[in-house]
Amino acid sequence: MKYLHLVLSNLFRKKTRTALTAGSFAVALFLFGILAVVDGAFQQGVDVAGVDRLVVLNRVSIIQPLPLAYRDRLARIAGVTQVTFANWFGGVYQDERNFFPQFAIDRESYRQMYPEFVISDAEWQAFLGDREGAVVGEALAERFKWKIGDRVPVKGTIFPGNWEFNIRGIYRGKRVQDDTTQFWFRWDYLDERKTFGKGQVGWYTIRIANPDDAVRLVKVIDEQFANSPAETKTDTEKAFAASFVKQMGNIQLLIMSIGSVVFFTLLLVTGNTMAIAVRERTRELAVLKAVGFSDAFVLALVIAETIVVAGIGGAVGLGLAKLFTLRGDPTGGLLPFFYLPGSAILSGLALALVVGLMAGILPALSASRLRVVDALRRI
Amino acid sequence: MVRIDGRGDGNSLIRARGLGKTYRRGGEEIHVLQGLNLDVDAGDFVAFMGPSGSGKTTLLNLLGGLDVPSVGSVTVAGDEITRMSARKLTTWRARHVGFVFQMYNLIPVLTAFQNVELPLLLTNLAKADRRRHVETALAVVGLGDRMHHYPRQLSGGQEQRVGIARAIVADPTFLLCDEPTGDLDRKSADEVLELVDRLVREHGKTVLMVTHDPLAAERARVVLHLEKGVLVDTVTAGRAR
Repeated sequence: MKYLHLVLSNLFRKKTRTALTAGSFAVALFLFGILAVVDGAFQQGVDVAGVDRLVVLNRVSIIQPLPLAYRDRLARIAGVTQVTFANWFGGVYQDERNFFPQFAIDRESYRQMYPEFVISDAEWQAFLGDREGAVVGEALAERFKWKIGDRVPVKGTIFPGNWEFNIRGIYRGKRVQDDTTQFWFRWDYLDERKTFGKGQVGWYTIRIANPDDAVRLVKVIDEQFANSPAETKTDTEKAFAASFVKQMGNIQLLIMSIGSVVFFTLLLVTGNTMAIAVRERTRELAVLKAVGFSDAFVLALVIAETIVVAGIGGAVGLGLAKLFTLRGDPTGGLLPFFYLPGSAILSGLALALVVGLMAGILPALSASRLRVVDALRRI
Repeated sequence: MVRIDGRGDGNSLIRARGLGKTYRRGGEEIHVLQGLNLDVDAGDFVAFMGPSGSGKTTLLNLLGGLDVPSVGSVTVAGDEITRMSARKLTTWRARHVGFVFQMYNLIPVLTAFQNVELPLLLTNLAKADRRRHVETALAVVGLGDRMHHYPRQLSGGQEQRVGIARAIVADPTFLLCDEPTGDLDRKSADEVLELVDRLVREHGKTVLMVTHDPLAAERARVVLHLEKGVLVDTVTAGRAR
């Protein structure tokens, strides 16, 4: 601690330069924070996927339906303990920009399949008792200021017509990353009103008794429906979510690429700045050595300066990113899980310190190798 | 007692034997110092004079352990510093040598107090003890009321006095002054020289000083002349004359 004033006083030597260098870190770490949020938003479905749940789709495509009759056949397969199904609705509420996922669900089994979504019994009973009832996530309710009892008109796109729903319940997630932007309504209401594809569902979700048995069950299920008009493609819920993300392209690679370029540039810029700072202080560093400070001390001093700048800049950038995410999803529903977790903040901070260390190491080495006699002779 | 004939009695504080320094520039060898002998007793005040390039600063660097000789040895208070590793030499410098530079070489972002405190950071002294030492050193150089000023808020003479306070604060075995008045006006130079003189007379410090200034050299007890890397004569000067 007795050396702290040496580090800090050097940082205040050129305030503008220090501020700009810290600012570079702040901008880079702000970007890192936002990229981490976007990555988290895309990966959220994968992260929260149940390990004991499988998703059964039409082998041809996700938009091709499966017969309702498969429900009982799936339920009879040994190792399957629960079956539910749902259908993508794809309606528009007021404006096309107001996107949110709408699912027509099996009212009898959906709630049991997803215990991570919590809703009171009274609200669920109200939903079951209303053919036009709907249950919405709390984030969605908050977004459109909906409350229980509100009537919500939705214009069908896949299933044409004007659909109206009564909000009968609001669910919340057990975990912070659970998606609470969904809109559920009864599949029997959809099936009754739709003009095509009656008795068809979008996909099935099944719960299996033993997650270790998933590979075998995937095979058993798909073999059972092989050579039928609607062959199935079964996957774990995690793999299903991951394949969904993949359809958007390799988001993680994109994020990694952007991040790498930004941090490499930061490394060069900061390294150059520190090299200039060391060169300007050649004589002072030589004096420190002359009075008895060791090479290792000079090395540590320069590195400490860089790390402090990186740490301050990084903390500011990550703090701004956190503030930005507190305002919620800025995309109008495309990234429902818009959240910067503590682990990403810690990773970002560690990254800033590592970049600071790497940027400082060459100038610090040159400072530590400085020969006092040569340095004092210069200038 | 100062001798340059290599016949010191072995009780000298500083003893150099056969000291030589050769630089290689391109294919050419430049002999900056050649076969130099020197004995300086504790409490001596020695000035080195000579034309530019005669090897004065190089000699000071060798005696202060900032540089290593090509040949010969330097022994200070019984320790042969020319056999020390670089690391050990750094530790030795902190304990035994106080440097005063022509350009003062204060750290501009530190106050006078913090500049003077620098050598004490290398010791195990507690903060309160360091403060006491620094205040004493600044009082000795007459800047007790300027300790919280930054170098830019001080005159050249005051800066040099802070530099001297930094040199003496850890109570080193001897002081090396490289043109300490070279960047000062006459009045400030006289004040600084008076201070150095007082350190020798009142505090018993041993001082080796390089200077071009005959008036500065007058203050020393012995003036040694260097020419082409060789000590050519000894003149008893100044107050001792």
